[in-house]
Amino acid sequence: MRRGLALAVTASIALAACTQTPAASPTPGASASASAAPGTFSRGQGGELKILYWQAPTILISHQATGTKDYDASRLIIEPLASWGVDGKPIANGLAKEIPTLENKGVSADFTTVTWNLQSGLKWSDGSAVTADDVVFTSKYMADEATADPNSDYMQGVKSVVATNPTTVTVTFSAPTANPYQFGTGGGNEILQKAQFEKCLGAKASECPENLKPIGTGPYKLTEFKSGDVVTYEINTNYRDPKKPYFKTVQFKGGGDALSAARAVFQTGDVDYAWNLQVEAPVLKALIQGSAKGDYLGKASSNVERVNINFANPDPALGENRSEPTTKHPFFNGPDGLTVRQALAMATDRVTIGDQLYGNGLTGTTTCNQLLGSDVWTSKNTASEKVCKLDVAGANKLLDDAGWVKGSDGVRAKGGIKLNVLFATTVNALRQKEQDILKANWEAVGFKVELRSISAGVFFSNAADGANRFYYDVSMFTNGASPDITGYMAGWTTKQIAQKSNNWNQNNYHRYSNPAYDAIVDQMRVTTDTAKLAQLGIQANDILIKDVVVIPLVNRFQVASGKSKALQGTNLNPWDSEMWNIADWYKTP
Amino acid sequence: MGRYIIRRLLIAIPTLLVISFVVYAILALAPGDPLSQFANNPNVPPEVRERIRESLGLNQPWHVRYVKWLLALVKGDFGYSFMSHLPVINLLTERLPNTLAVVGVAYILGIALAVPIGMISAVKRYSIFDHLATTFAFIGFSVPTFFTGLLLIILFSINLHWFPFIYDSTLKVKDFGSFIDQMKQSIMPIIVLALFDTATLARYIRAEMLEHLPLDYVRTARGKGIAERLVVVRHVLRNSLIPVVTLVALGVPAVFAGAIVTEQIFRVPGIGELLIRSINDSDTPVVAAIVFLFAVLVVLFNLIADVMYAVLDPRIRYA
Repeated sequence: MRRGLALAVTASIALAACTQTPAASPTPGASASASAAPGTFSRGQGGELKILYWQAPTILISHQATGTKDYDASRLIIEPLASWGVDGKPIANGLAKEIPTLENKGVSADFTTVTWNLQSGLKWSDGSAVTADDVVFTSKYMADEATADPNSDYMQGVKSVVATNPTTVTVTFSAPTANPYQFGTGGGNEILQKAQFEKCLGAKASECPENLKPIGTGPYKLTEFKSGDVVTYEINTNYRDPKKPYFKTVQFKGGGDALSAARAVFQTGDVDYAWNLQVEAPVLKALIQGSAKGDYLGKASSNVERVNINFANPDPALGENRSEPTTKHPFFNGPDGLTVRQALAMATDRVTIGDQLYGNGLTGTTTCNQLLGSDVWTSKNTASEKVCKLDVAGANKLLDDAGWVKGSDGVRAKGGIKLNVLFATTVNALRQKEQDILKANWEAVGFKVELRSISAGVFFSNAADGANRFYYDVSMFTNGASPDITGYMAGWTTKQIAQKSNNWNQNNYHRYSNPAYDAIVDQMRVTTDTAKLAQLGIQANDILIKDVVVIPLVNRFQVASGKSKALQGTNLNPWDSEMWNIADWYKTP
Repeated sequence: MGRYIIRRLLIAIPTLLVISFVVYAILALAPGDPLSQFANNPNVPPEVRERIRESLGLNQPWHVRYVKWLLALVKGDFGYSFMSHLPVINLLTERLPNTLAVVGVAYILGIALAVPIGMISAVKRYSIFDHLATTFAFIGFSVPTFFTGLLLIILFSINLHWFPFIYDSTLKVKDFGSFIDQMKQSIMPIIVLALFDTATLARYIRAEMLEHLPLDYVRTARGKGIAERLVVVRHVLRNSLIPVVTLVALGVPAVFAGAIVTEQIFRVPGIGELLIRSINDSDTPVVAAIVFLFAVLVVLFNLIADVMYAVLDPRIRYA
């Protein structure tokens, strides 16, 4: 399974050519907000930058991270070769001199080798020189199975990473690749210093003390780290751009809850940046509107909050075979399956959910697509589909016509099978409200809905209540595509059906199997043409929607943070760490 | 007495063994996954998560993990945290000072306030002071700390801008200015916790005093012509404090365990905050260590309470 951040090659290469901004120039890439305008400042001109995350970083290298907080806190110190820009295209703001393209011969014509040139004169914060050997070492670290790097998938399909000279690295893929930037670009590909981490390979990696004090190339270096609490940084005097960074010190504090983090940035102004303000939309709206101190930063991404349908039978009576792909769901799968699924989708009121719970564009917008994140691959065909429109009468008619008759209890039944639905999601105030709305929606057309909420730690685990085992009829959660849309869409193919034999370690939780869908994804795997890849992605998306495998509800924002009004230079980016351009951040007096 | 203490200590060993087994079994059998944060991340596929789980040793059956954990524990090794990849003991020692600075200070303050309040309430029973103290005590132990905490934040941080509500553990007290900063950032959690402690203890002291005041020895003392103040302080209070001392000793382990809710609200990086986060993250080694250490402290302070009881009250003898 290839899963790196694949990009459509032609377009990205063309665009990369335009964005080969030397790191010295501020804020490369498309400007997403007014604050992205370049500022003129000198190194260390500002005081302390205060960042607040309600989850505390526990480790300082992304290669042993356990969550976003760790990726973001490490990004101030260690950097990848290049970053993913706001539009999902690579930007040379890291160690690479430029983005390799077909034009500059960085990418070979057969799409199997990629040559990265490092900037000249790069130094680690300890003063030693950055060489291609460090990049090669990092690739070994990532690929080594015993090291158990969570980012090891970026090495999938990479045959070799070789230093051809001290500033040049050649990455060779075992087959032509649609994503030449898979290794080296974006969060998870941060380059480690060989001298420091050489002794941390394999089984020693996890408990290696160096994980907590990495030497890096980034704008800041570590002053003090209290795991699970706070990180403090100071300027890396060896940073390549002599004008940056602006702040003398940075404090990255973790812990607490999202609501008080929002208060700290919007009401008291105690912090300059507060991450991921997962607060109920009406409350958040009130805080933002009344704020003289902070601005809200919200950015749509590929994340979709959706309802998932189980095609297998979760009946406990089946014992070991429960929810195995060999079983068939009594009413979602079978002769009437599509009708019942369509009725469920048509009874779903996503507009109310989007308006009341996500503030209609504040923390999310309604959607009826599963593949999102770029206009190029977002389907425009689904909006007119009947399963994308609220139509209670239509849903009732579908079920009536198919012979599902309402009993005295208001629940439809046919042939002794009742439309009883067990609906599970994580414990989360927002999700429980969504569940309430959906329960009312679905019961209005003759389903009987029983709600369950499971703690997130359990829901996203391999436990009996886990979303992957799917011992219920429908579930609800969020995820989204990375720029590698092939890897994401492969999550609904027959090959990836989660089941007992693979310890449920696959992504097709639905147990959905459709040869036509599999064929499209197979085509996507061998396509290197952007436009065609996007078209195939749209086709795959449309099948998932029309066949009602998923009922998408809301496109949730990836970035939903707050910043003080004085803080400038932040450039929202749903594809990379929110700290991807921290060297460009500064404050107006 | 010495033999008694030794016997109690020996009994403590099997007790702690049983506790450790039960704690570990519950943690191992509870559902949860330290890698659940990656579950929705398309860049960390399930096979990779499985490999990380293996590297953490989670693929072994839990009884094997328990024996390994116990053997290491005997040597004083609490293992490594799944989240921080740090020795658990380092995490605990880093956080204990913060917990003591907030929860410990609140406990001492609570005791210091409870003794005079309880005493005056009892002596001046049904006076205005007693009514006020009683009302205050009921508020103190009936309003939950998460509510008082939020109330203080909204009042003093957001409306008045007097105190910060984000605890800065990097602050080092070097001079008067930084001492004031430390006071400012810890005063709200201390008040929240002290309110609760004072309320409970004051009620207890008041009740004890009221029990002793009408007793014969008090009348005798008064009959001897001792000043009322001395009767109350030397005779009544001293006798009333005997059970209170036990109560205070038994409360000490809770100080070390931190205050889960209050630490979370004020972002105090203490033991309680570590415990709740580790439970959420299924960071078993950290949870097991904290719960086990708490068990040790409870056993220890139970013994101390019993011994102190004998020391303070000569009528009690342990054989």
